[in-house]
Amino acid sequence: MQNPYLPYPVRIDQITVETEDKSLKTFKFVFINPDDEKRFAYKSGQFAELSVTGMGEIPIGIASSPTEKGFVKFTVFRTGKVTSYLHSMKQGEIMGIRGPLGNAFPWETLEGKNVVIIGGGFAFTTLRSSIITMLDPANRPKFKDIHVIYGARSPGMLLYKDELQAWAQRSDIHMNITVDGTDDPNWKFHKGFVPTITEKYAPPGNADTYAIVCGPPIMIKFTQPVLDNLGYSHDNIIMSLENRMKCGIGICGRCNIGKDLVCKDGPVFTLSQLNTMPKEY
Amino acid sequence: MNLIQIDAQSWAKGIEKLKAVYRTFGPKKEKNDLEFKELQAGELPELHFQNTRMSPKALVYPQTQAMFTYSLDESREDCRILKEVKRDEKPQAAIGIRPCDALAFKLVQRNFDSREYQDVYWINAYEATTLVGLACDHPCSTCFCTSAGTGPFGEEGLDVLLIQQNDTLYAKAITQKGESLIQAAGWKSAAAKDAAGNMDALKTKAESEISAFVETDKLKQKKIMEIYEAPFWEAETFSCINCGTCTFVCPTCWCFDIQDETHGKSGVRMRNWDTCMSPLFTIHASGHNPREHKYERVRQRFMHKLKYYVDKYNDGIQCVGCGRCIRSCPVNIDIRKICNKMNSFDPQSCSCEVASS
Amino acid sequence: MTAYTDKIRQIASKLLTEGKVDMVIGFRKGSIPMMNQPLFIKTPGEAQELIWDSHCALNLANYVTNRKEKIGIVAKGCDSRNLVTHIIENKITREQLHIIGVPCTGMVDRHKVSAMIEAEITAIEESGDSIKISGNGFSKELKKTEVLQENCAGCTHRNPVIYDELVGELVPEQSGVDPYASVREVESMSPEEKWNYFEDLISNCIRCYACRNACPLCYCPTCFVDESRPQWVGKSQDPTDVRTFHLLRAYHCAGRCSDCGACERACPMGIKVREFTKKLNKDCLELYGWEAGLTVDARPALDTFKADDPQDFIK
Repeated sequence: MQNPYLPYPVRIDQITVETEDKSLKTFKFVFINPDDEKRFAYKSGQFAELSVTGMGEIPIGIASSPTEKGFVKFTVFRTGKVTSYLHSMKQGEIMGIRGPLGNAFPWETLEGKNVVIIGGGFAFTTLRSSIITMLDPANRPKFKDIHVIYGARSPGMLLYKDELQAWAQRSDIHMNITVDGTDDPNWKFHKGFVPTITEKYAPPGNADTYAIVCGPPIMIKFTQPVLDNLGYSHDNIIMSLENRMKCGIGICGRCNIGKDLVCKDGPVFTLSQLNTMPKEY
Repeated sequence: MNLIQIDAQSWAKGIEKLKAVYRTFGPKKEKNDLEFKELQAGELPELHFQNTRMSPKALVYPQTQAMFTYSLDESREDCRILKEVKRDEKPQAAIGIRPCDALAFKLVQRNFDSREYQDVYWINAYEATTLVGLACDHPCSTCFCTSAGTGPFGEEGLDVLLIQQNDTLYAKAITQKGESLIQAAGWKSAAAKDAAGNMDALKTKAESEISAFVETDKLKQKKIMEIYEAPFWEAETFSCINCGTCTFVCPTCWCFDIQDETHGKSGVRMRNWDTCMSPLFTIHASGHNPREHKYERVRQRFMHKLKYYVDKYNDGIQCVGCGRCIRSCPVNIDIRKICNKMNSFDPQSCSCEVASS
Repeated sequence: MTAYTDKIRQIASKLLTEGKVDMVIGFRKGSIPMMNQPLFIKTPGEAQELIWDSHCALNLANYVTNRKEKIGIVAKGCDSRNLVTHIIENKITREQLHIIGVPCTGMVDRHKVSAMIEAEITAIEESGDSIKISGNGFSKELKKTEVLQENCAGCTHRNPVIYDELVGELVPEQSGVDPYASVREVESMSPEEKWNYFEDLISNCIRCYACRNACPLCYCPTCFVDESRPQWVGKSQDPTDVRTFHLLRAYHCAGRCSDCGACERACPMGIKVREFTKKLNKDCLELYGWEAGLTVDARPALDTFKADDPQDFIK
């Protein structure tokens, strides 16, 4: 019997500081045993437990895309005991990852549809994965229009800045990058909160259009009525939740919301589903 | 299945024989109460009791369990690589567990052994364990097993059922595992022809002594949010002090925490029983807590056992009616009363029948 | 006892009718023998639920911590001392409280009574000093004084120290009792004997923290055992961690503990956790002449300094 609690050993191959306040770093991991990479076959929207030996584990969304080979990437916000330690680790050090865990964004449903990605702050990691996946030449024809609305407090707080720039140049994806405010005279994207930008630039809702929304609670709270006004049905609004987790595989019992476990039945739920569940997240 | 008759002498002999093959556990006097402990040479399990203070779940799922070991010594090749802890594979036998506690293993099996993930620690220990039940001839006033899926002579989850009549024990093998244990103990005298009838009479008598019940028939048909938002939670949970006693003594509570503990340069990744009564259980690293208030945590415990589990597995409640949480709760929160309130709650009239317990 | 019950109901009903308080906190009859349940009532009609007998041993001060309402609270001697400590420590204000004082003759030790009989006790009745327990096929009469909680047997503050009204005449305080006999026994042990004594005492602790949570003194937003940065204590059944919890818990109660016994009563494993706190109570009394919770007008022993405080411990 395979032990589902045993992480795959990985080496930290590269660490990128993402934001000006240095609170977010992207860790690129390489599997020590090459076969583990095959076992770690994932889809965009899933997460993994990062295991820092001696400190513990943390559930983090997978920021890389299955179309990217040879490594996996996670962008980690420094907040608790494990993430603080992880931020002090160096390239070349050994740790573990366990997964992939949870469901993913509903890719089968999304095929042939318009996809609107709405993200805020550091909840853009699995959204980055999704964009990379959809823009892969083998996948792009499977989707209709792709819209992205992504906002952060300031230009320096945006994740994946180089990629955002590159996507903004492309014609097969509609990028709407925004910041709450900036003094930068060269800032060439939007200014304003995500809900406002969504109202202006998101396509109207219909049966063929799905919105994937990830962000801080306040953003979600104000974006939802905007999507309602735009005509999005709650079945077409897809969200990803975070709750405190330990095992990540639906056994330890702490991340439940009603009868569903965020780690195993989620983290991705439609708004219709969430409407029938306790607001314990 | 044939009934085997065991007199006092062959009982003692058989238990000694079992100790050679199994790690043998049974109820033992422990500081004014009974607990399941390993029986040493010459020791017999206590057979005259109502139930043990703690449930026997720890035999399969210890309160603290090492999962992996590791080294943080940079000079070692395996620095920071987790290594599995060698598990004791010797079979174990639990002698004298109550039918309610045996059923509990079946209920929690759904959690530890699901289609998608198998908890190797629990499964290995469970498979290595033979459960020898002891029928209850005098149930407690707080026992409500007959309305929680089993009964004082319930067989589900057991490998052997022992029935006591005066100084004689009767053993009934329920599974192959149970047959093997009976064989290993050398118990083979077939019971007299009328014994089976006598056992049925004892069973009927014991069942008639059960005086506490819960009503669960309407739990399934109600919507989660209806019960969740019922107005009685705050008042019913006021006395709770959020200790985890109910969850620790419960045979069906399975939640755990995972912790790394390092001493010097080596350490253990372990799991420990955890409790949904604690605010720490759900608090996010940001400080946000989805179950910030006491009543939300108590509600979670009851909703989990009596509604979420019911909906998820469609096979009864996550409770076997052992009554330990009622007897051990320092502030007299009574699951019978809460269950009946949940079951009878009518969101239309916004009230529930005054439930008797 | 029924007289107390009647009076409590009458006072509670009046307070709620007149709108003097938002809620009354007291006890209702429990669902099993020797267990009553703390409850709050908000309407005069609910006053009939309130009761008083010798099983109201939990400390109700535990239920007013940081509350914002005006509260009527039923309080025996020890509860009232913890209300005093709560007031001193700003966990509630005196103005928020209407204290319904209960002169107390002690609470029955449920662990002790259960241990006296092999069979299950299914009913218990009391009248005066007599307690009658019964169950399947047996019935037995006990004297209440023989089955009191240990802290009640040695109690010298049975009457509430602050109250707004009383439910009965004050009772005579006990004299000639020795609350610290068992502490002296431990003090006379060799270090090794002490070690073994305490090891055995906590050997079956399951770390549910019922002792901590039943205690009105334990209201820290994050208890030291729950702190993760830094993590002071491990979470397993490691004896060092179990020991650390019990010792530190006791020290945190030094000079604040009223010896109400709620911790011991709450313990599902029957651990005599007061063996730790009692020693500190004795030291506070002998070194500083201090007993917790007797007055709102003095600061507790451990947050004051006097020039003549004993300093022998400084080597």
